Order: sequence, then structure tokens, then C-alpha cells
Amino acid sequence: HLTTSLPLPSERDHLRPRIDLIAFMIDIKSRYSLKNVEASLAHVDASFFLGKVCFLVTGVGRVNYCSIEMNAIWKLGKVYCSPVLFCELELEGIRVATAQRLLRMLQICAGHIPGVSALSFSSLMRNSADD
Amino acid sequence: MDETVAEYIRRTVLKIPRDEIKTMLQKWGFLSETQLQTINFHQIKENISHDVVLLCEENSADIKQAAVLDIIYNHSYPNKRVWSVYQMNKTGEETELFDLTDFKKKFKRRLRSALKNVTINFREYEDNAIWIRIAWGTPYTQPNQYKTSYVVYHSQTPYVFVSASVLKSNLPLLCQALVVASNYHDIREMELRGHSLNSLKDIVFKRYNQNFQTYYPRPLQERNVAPGSADLRIIQENRSEKERIQRVNREVFGDGPQPKLEFAQYKLETMFKSDPKMDVLDKKEPFRCLVKFSSPHLLESLKSLAPAGMADAPLSPLLTCIPQKARNYFKIREKKGVFPGSFVSP
Repeated sequence: HLTTSLPLPSERDHLRPRIDLIAFMIDIKSRYSLKNVEASLAHVDASFFLGKVCFLVTGVGRVNYCSIEMNAIWKLGKVYCSPVLFCELELEGIRVATAQRLLRMLQICAGHIPGVSALSFSSLMRNSADD
Repeated sequence: MDETVAEYIRRTVLKIPRDEIKTMLQKWGFLSETQLQTINFHQIKENISHDVVLLCEENSADIKQAAVLDIIYNHSYPNKRVWSVYQMNKTGEETELFDLTDFKKKFKRRLRSALKNVTINFREYEDNAIWIRIAWGTPYTQPNQYKTSYVVYHSQTPYVFVSASVLKSNLPLLCQALVVASNYHDIREMELRGHSLNSLKDIVFKRYNQNFQTYYPRPLQERNVAPGSADLRIIQENRSEKERIQRVNREVFGDGPQPKLEFAQYKLETMFKSDPKMDVLDKKEPFRCLVKFSSPHLLESLKSLAPAGMADAPLSPLLTCIPQKARNYFKIREKKGVFPGSFVSP
């Protein structure tokens, strides 16, 4: 399901399946997209933040056009305990690789991989500098 | 033939793209068809312009004829210059018939009485447009043919499009001459500037596709139909929001192509509004600030902001009023009154 902001329109609640993973896309060229994501995060139930949320930062290929500071992104990932992925949608190879990563994460979040749960993501994210 | 004239013709020909040189020389009409046949238009431009100059010498070209070639070039490539728009007005309702010869005579006389060393050329085009080329000199020097001003006057309208050169000091004189020659009372500069002469004309003559308030019957609600996307597994949750944005955008910008502008500039003279605890400015003075938007095609990019998800719809009226108000340079001052805000001053 694609949406431009949260909350989701309520008229389709009954048609919607269970949500296993929420990927927030932030365009590094647009401050507006970061603001939009921050506003939408407030509408997400706390239980999602146990591994079922990730941040996808796009447009990282063009270093000259960054409008968002890296610190803001790292902080977002830390505050919400969720992984931050970087990609460049305009390059097919990276696009495909990112899609495969997301798909793998989705399989784990949906419980399709025995022995691995979404809770593992937070431990995998721990920065060695933090300890 | 004068050395300077030869050099001027040579440089003018060099400006023209190679494929267009022959057509432009034909439009010029100074060289005969037989003479043009002798030129090889497939060689490099340096050689072509050299050949043209030799032929011009045969015909003894003078600066007036060379100036005509320059007008023709600028008429074909007006977008290389920056144009400002002026509006003339007259009090009273005298509707005099426009007399071209009278206009030219008065214009030349007025300019020459103030400044002896000017080269003035006129050329008329089909859409009632009169192109005037002026090369400026000083009381002590000959006119500099490389520092020219261009004026495009549509005689049936009060609008004049001016591409001034670097010599801004000659502008008042030029404006005066225009007013006198066209039997108007005064002239003022509109805050409208751009590279695309045709777009400026479109804005001022209201030739672009404006949005008229029409009644759009809302289409029947459709559920779960994805007309554009091929993959039915992708479900768009915000379809109604997307449609709202499209509708609002269409109401503001209309359906047709937008006139082409390159800048919008806002000069802010408003008070700085911040958290009172921050106390950035001790003195309560207006915070002077200049905001400039630039783009290869400003209005089209504004139109695509909301559908691209980069801004909320509707956009600020300060941005969307540009074609209607026929201006792209604004001064914004503090509104004095009960509600602090800002308003756009003329």
C-alpha cells in the first residue's frame, strides 16, 4: 500500500490487510518530506516500533542536492529504534537491491522465516560506538 | 566600406547558427540571390562570415543596413536578452489613429535633440509590432553598435517591451521619446521581467490559458480501480487526496501551458517573527530580506510542486498570482492594523 501521509483514510479500514512493515521514505532533497514523515510518525502505534518500521532515505546519489542533514536522519533512527536504509532510486541496480532487502525484512516481519523475528532488527542496529 | 561596419557585420553573422545563416541573409535582402549562391554555407562560420563581408563591401554596406541585419537576428532570437515591460497611459479618451510615419519622426526627433550620436532603426512586423533598435553614443563619441537597446511597441496597446543595454542612464530619455512619439502622457515600468519575449506578451495581453471559474461536476466515486498503474498489487491509499491536489492545481493554474518566466523576486520588509524568548533583534526594525525563485520555467515548476509531493496544495497566493498580476517582482511590507500579517504593495 502506498500513501503520502498518515493517518490512513478510515473509509478503507475494513479492506486493509494486516500491516507487517512500514517503510517511511525520505527524499534527501526535500525538507518537506522529512517534515511529512515526522508528522506521520505520530500516528503510528507504539507496537510497530519493535522492528516493523524502517526509514528509507532516497536520492543519496546526488550529494550536491542534499537539503537534509545527516544528523537529523541518524537522530530519527535512534529515537524511533528503527533501521535507516539509504538508496538511490534512479539507479536500477541499487533499486533492485533495496527492494530485495525490504522484501527480506518484510518476510521476517510477517513471520515467514522461522527462528528470526522482527525484534532482532534492533539488536542488529546497535552501533559499536554506543557501548 | 567602413572598417567598423565590416567588423560589425562579421560579428553579427558569427552569432547566427550556421544552418540559419542563409535564411537570415535572404530575409535581410541586402545581398542578391546570385551573390548568395556564391557562398558555400557548409564551411566553418568564420569563413562564411568572411565571404559575407566581402560581398557586403561590393554593395557598399553602411551602418544602417548592418543594423537591419542585427534587428532580424534579435527578432529571431529574442530570448537571449532580458526584457522589461512598460505601460503607458493617457488621460482622456482621445482615440487617435496611429500614424507610423509620424511616430518614427517624433521619436527620432526627440532622441536626436537630446543626444546627437545615436543610431536609430525601425522595422515593422505583422502583429502590429514595431521593433526599434537604438545604438547609444555620447556627445563626444560615436554610437557604440555593440551596446544597443531594443524596444518592441505594439501600436494598438499601451505596452512597450524594452531590452535595455548596460547604459541605464539612457532609459529616461528613451521613455520620454516613446511617450512623446506615441501621444501618451506618461510611462511606468511594470514589475515584470524575463527572457522570453513571447511569454511576457502572453502575460500582458492575457493570451495564456486562464482558469475561469467553471462548474466541475464531481466524477462518480470509483473504488479499487487503478487506471494508470499496471500492477494491481499496488494500492494507492490517498487517491482522494491526490485528486484534490489535481483539482486545486487545475483551478489555480488552468489547463494550458504556462508563460515562461525565469525569476520571481520578493523583497521582504517585514518584522522578524520569532520566539519572544530568542530575542534575535533588539530593535523592532523590519528585517530586510530578498527571496528569489529561479528556474528554467518557473510557472511550470510551481505547477508541478504539489503533484510531485513537494509542497502543500493550494500554493501560496504570492506565487500563484504572478500571471494575473502581470508581475514577478514584489515588495512585501508589514500590514498595519489589528491583525499582523503582510500585504503586497504596488
